Amino acid sequence: MQRFAELLDSLAFQPARNGKLRLMTAYMRSAPDPDRGYALAALTGALDLPNAKPALLREFGVQRLGETLFVLSYDYVGDLAETLALIWEPADQAGVGHNRPPPSLAEVVETLRQASKRETPQLLERWLDGLDATGRWALLKLLTGALRVGVSARLAKQAIADLGQRDIAAVEEVWHTLEPPYQALFDWLEDRAPRPDPGAAPVFRPVMLATALEDADIGGLDPAAYRAEWKWDGIRVQLVAGPGHRRIFSRAADEATSAFPDIVEAMDFSAVLDGELLVAHRADDGALQVAPFNDLQQRLNRKQTTAKLMQDHPAHVRLYDALLIDGEDLRALPFDERRARLEAWHAARPRPRLDLSPMVPFTSWDELARLRTGTREASIEGLMLKRGDSPYVAGRPKGPWFKWKRAALTVECVLMYAQRGHGKRSSFYSDYTFGCWRRSDGGTPELVPVGKAYFGFTDEELMKLDKWVRDHTTSRFGPVREVAPGLVLEIAFDSVHRSSRHKSGVAMRFPRVHRIRWDKPAAEADALATLERMIAG
Amino acid sequence: MSSSPSPAEPRSWLTTTSKGLYCVPGGFFIDPAWPVEKAVVTHGHGDHARPGHGAVLATPETVEIIKVRLGADTIGDLQAVRYDETTRIGEVDVRLVPAGHILGSAQIVLDWRGARIVVSGDFKRRADATCPPFEPVPCDVFVTEATFALPVFRHPPDMQEIARLLGSLRTFPDRCHLVGVYALGKCQRVIRLLRAAGYDQRIWLHGGLMAMCDVYKRAGIDLGDIAAVSEAGPVRRNDLFQHQTFKGAIVLCPPSALGDRWTRRFPEPLPVAASGWMRVRARARQRGVELPLVISDHADWDELVQTVRDIRPGMVWVTHGREDALVHQAQAMGIAAEALHLAGREEEGS
Repeated sequence: MQRFAELLDSLAFQPARNGKLRLMTAYMRSAPDPDRGYALAALTGALDLPNAKPALLREFGVQRLGETLFVLSYDYVGDLAETLALIWEPADQAGVGHNRPPPSLAEVVETLRQASKRETPQLLERWLDGLDATGRWALLKLLTGALRVGVSARLAKQAIADLGQRDIAAVEEVWHTLEPPYQALFDWLEDRAPRPDPGAAPVFRPVMLATALEDADIGGLDPAAYRAEWKWDGIRVQLVAGPGHRRIFSRAADEATSAFPDIVEAMDFSAVLDGELLVAHRADDGALQVAPFNDLQQRLNRKQTTAKLMQDHPAHVRLYDALLIDGEDLRALPFDERRARLEAWHAARPRPRLDLSPMVPFTSWDELARLRTGTREASIEGLMLKRGDSPYVAGRPKGPWFKWKRAALTVECVLMYAQRGHGKRSSFYSDYTFGCWRRSDGGTPELVPVGKAYFGFTDEELMKLDKWVRDHTTSRFGPVREVAPGLVLEIAFDSVHRSSRHKSGVAMRFPRVHRIRWDKPAAEADALATLERMIAG
Repeated sequence: MSSSPSPAEPRSWLTTTSKGLYCVPGGFFIDPAWPVEKAVVTHGHGDHARPGHGAVLATPETVEIIKVRLGADTIGDLQAVRYDETTRIGEVDVRLVPAGHILGSAQIVLDWRGARIVVSGDFKRRADATCPPFEPVPCDVFVTEATFALPVFRHPPDMQEIARLLGSLRTFPDRCHLVGVYALGKCQRVIRLLRAAGYDQRIWLHGGLMAMCDVYKRAGIDLGDIAAVSEAGPVRRNDLFQHQTFKGAIVLCPPSALGDRWTRRFPEPLPVAASGWMRVRARARQRGVELPLVISDHADWDELVQTVRDIRPGMVWVTHGREDALVHQAQAMGIAAEALHLAGREEEGS
C-alpha cells in the first residue's frame, strides 16, 4: 500500500505524459504480485470497492481531534479525505508501524471485497493506524471514489506495454479477457507464459488507424489503387457482438456499452464491426441526417442514459469495415474483399441504427479534390483513402490508409490572456486565450473570449510570444496574465458550434495557432459575427 | 490595563503596539515591524530583523546575518550578545537562548522583578546541523509562534524527505532538480541534509543564495562542494534546456525563481520545493511543483503542543499563524492562553 501510495502521490504532481509513464513502469517493474495487478486495476478504473461515506470520515476526524480542531483543520485543507489522512495518528500512540506492519494493497483489496458493510469502519481504522500520511491519503482516495491523478486507462495500459516492451495494441486485445490482479498479463509481459488467448471472447480488437495526407503528397499515389469514403465527424467505435454478449468500445478500448442501449438493441449479430458513432435524425422523407458533434457529446461520458436523451439525440453507427463475421476472422483479407462481405452481410439483413458508409467513386485526384472542397456538410471532416488491397492491421501503418481532412477554417483573433505551461514550458506563457470583437451594450467595441490554444507555433515563436506577453501585461492572476489588446493570432480550427457554456456563445473544435500576425493592428481582427457565420449545421 | 506596569500583570510590562511587542520596564521592542529606538531581535529573517533601528541587540550570528543582508549602516548600534549571557536593559535582565530555528536564532528570556516572560521567536524542536537545539526555559508566560499550529501539519522525518529527492534523481537521472528554498536557513539546512544522506556531488546555487552560505561557512558550518550556477559559464542561446553541466544536478534557488526565465538553461527542470506548506496538496499544486518536500524550520503541531507541555508556563500567548487551534489546545491542557495579534508577519520561507 505504501509504495502504491507513493506512486499515486508522484503521479498527482507530475504533469508530463512521459513522466507519468516513467513513474508507472518503474513501479510496475519493482512492485510485487499481486499488488501491482491491483494497482493497475485502480489506475484503469477496474477496481470495484465498497465506498466509505464522507460522514464516516468526518466522524473519525471528530473522534480523534474533537469538533473544534477538526473543523479548523478541514476548513484549512478543504478536502475531507486529505484532512483525515493528515490529522490521523495511531490510537495507541506507539507510532507508525510499530505494532503492525502497514497493509499491502492486495490485503486491502481482497479483505474489503469479502468484508461486510459493518466491518468496513473497523478495517479502515486498523489500516489507517499502520500507514503514514501519504499511505492514508491513498487508501482514503481508493475508498472515496476517483483517484484524480491525471492518468487515463489508456495511459496505464501504455505503461504496462512499455514494461513488457510490447505494442499497446497487443495489450488492448487481451485486456478485456482479464480480471484483476492480471497475473496472466504480467506472466506474458515478463516472458513467463504465452500471450493470453482472446479466442471467441467478446474482446476489443486493436483498431487500424490512418495517417494524415498532405495535399502535396497526393500526386505520388495511384488513384486506381485507392478507394475513397467520407470521414464522418463522430466517434470511432468497434461493435463486438455474439451469443450472450454485446459490447461497444471506443478506439482507445474504453467500453461505452452502457451509454448507448439504443445501439446495443440493434446488435443482434455475431460479428466485430468498425464504424463511426453519430447522432442522426430520420427526416420526414426517410433520409438520415447526421447531427453536429456537439449533439453526440451530450450522450458521452455517462454511465446511464435516459429515454429522453435517446429520443432527442438518437445514436447511429455508420459502418466502415468488418473484422470478424460469424466467427470468421476477415482481417487478413484485402479491403475490397472485406467491403464486399460487409455489404453482403448488411444487405442480407438491414438493421435499424446501422448503415454503411457509402463509397465515393472517383477517377482522378483532381476530381476527388473537387468533391472534398464541394461538401460543406457539418458531419463530414474530409475523406478517407484506403488501398483496395490493404489488410486490417493494428496501429497506424503509413501507406495503406490516409485521412485527407478538409482545409481548416481560420479566423483572426486578439490575444487576451496567457497562462504558464507545465514542465518544460513552466517558465513560458504558452497557453493563450483569444477573443473576437463585438459591440458592447454601450456601443463601444469590446473583446469577448472565443477559445484557447497552446500549440501551432515553433519554439522560436514561443520565445517571442512569451516576451510579448511579459512586455504587455496589464494584470496578473496567479499563473495567468491579462495583456493589452495588441497581438493578432490567426487561429485555425476544424469547426465551430453554438455553446451556451461560453460567454461568446460559440465553441471551436481543435483550435490552434495558425499564424502570428505581428504586423496586424488588433482593431482589424475579426468580429464575433464572422465566426458565427461559420457555425456548422 | 493599568497605566503603571506590574510584574503580577504580564500584559502590563510586555505590551502589543502597532510596531510590535514592547517591553515597558526595559524600554525596547522585540522584532519590531517598524523602525524604533531600541530593539532586541530573535533572528535574521526579513520579517523579524528590519532596517532603520537606533540600536539592535542580537546573537553574534544574527548580527553577522543582519550586516550581510541589510548592511551595517542601516542600523545605528549593533550589539552582539552570546547565548546564555545576561544583559541588563533598563530594569530588565535579557538573556538569549537557542531556538533551533536557523543559525543564530534565539528565544528572548525577560526577567523583571521575579516575573519571567519568554518570547520564542520562530523555533523548531527537531535536530538541525546548522544551529544548536531549542532549550525549554520555565517561565510565567511563553510567547509562541503558530505558523503550523494545526493538527494537519506534522512534518515527517527530514531524512525521509531527502530520500524522496534522491529517489526522484534515480527515476529521472537526466532532469535537473531545481529546489526552491529560502535563502537564509532552509538553503543551508537542505545542503547539510543532502550531505548527511551521502550526496557528495557539487550542489549548484542560484546567485541570490551565495551570500548567506558564506555567512554559514564563516560560522564553521561545512557545506561541502557548492558553487554558483553562473560559474558553469554564460548561457548561450543554444544552451536552452540543455546545459549539460546541469543534467541530473541538484540546483537550489529562491522559491520565486522556480518558474522564472532563469530556469531555461537547465535540462528538463523538475521543480521541487522544501517547505512545511508542502504538506497540503492544494498549496503545493498552487506553486506548480512536481516534487513537494515537507522540510520546515518551524515547529509542527506535535512540537508546538510538546513544547507547551514541556514548559508548562502559567500562560501561553500565541502570535503569527493559526492562533485559534493552539489557543484551544492549550486551554484544553488547562493552561491559560490567548492570541496576540501582531502586524507584519509573513508566511514566506516557512
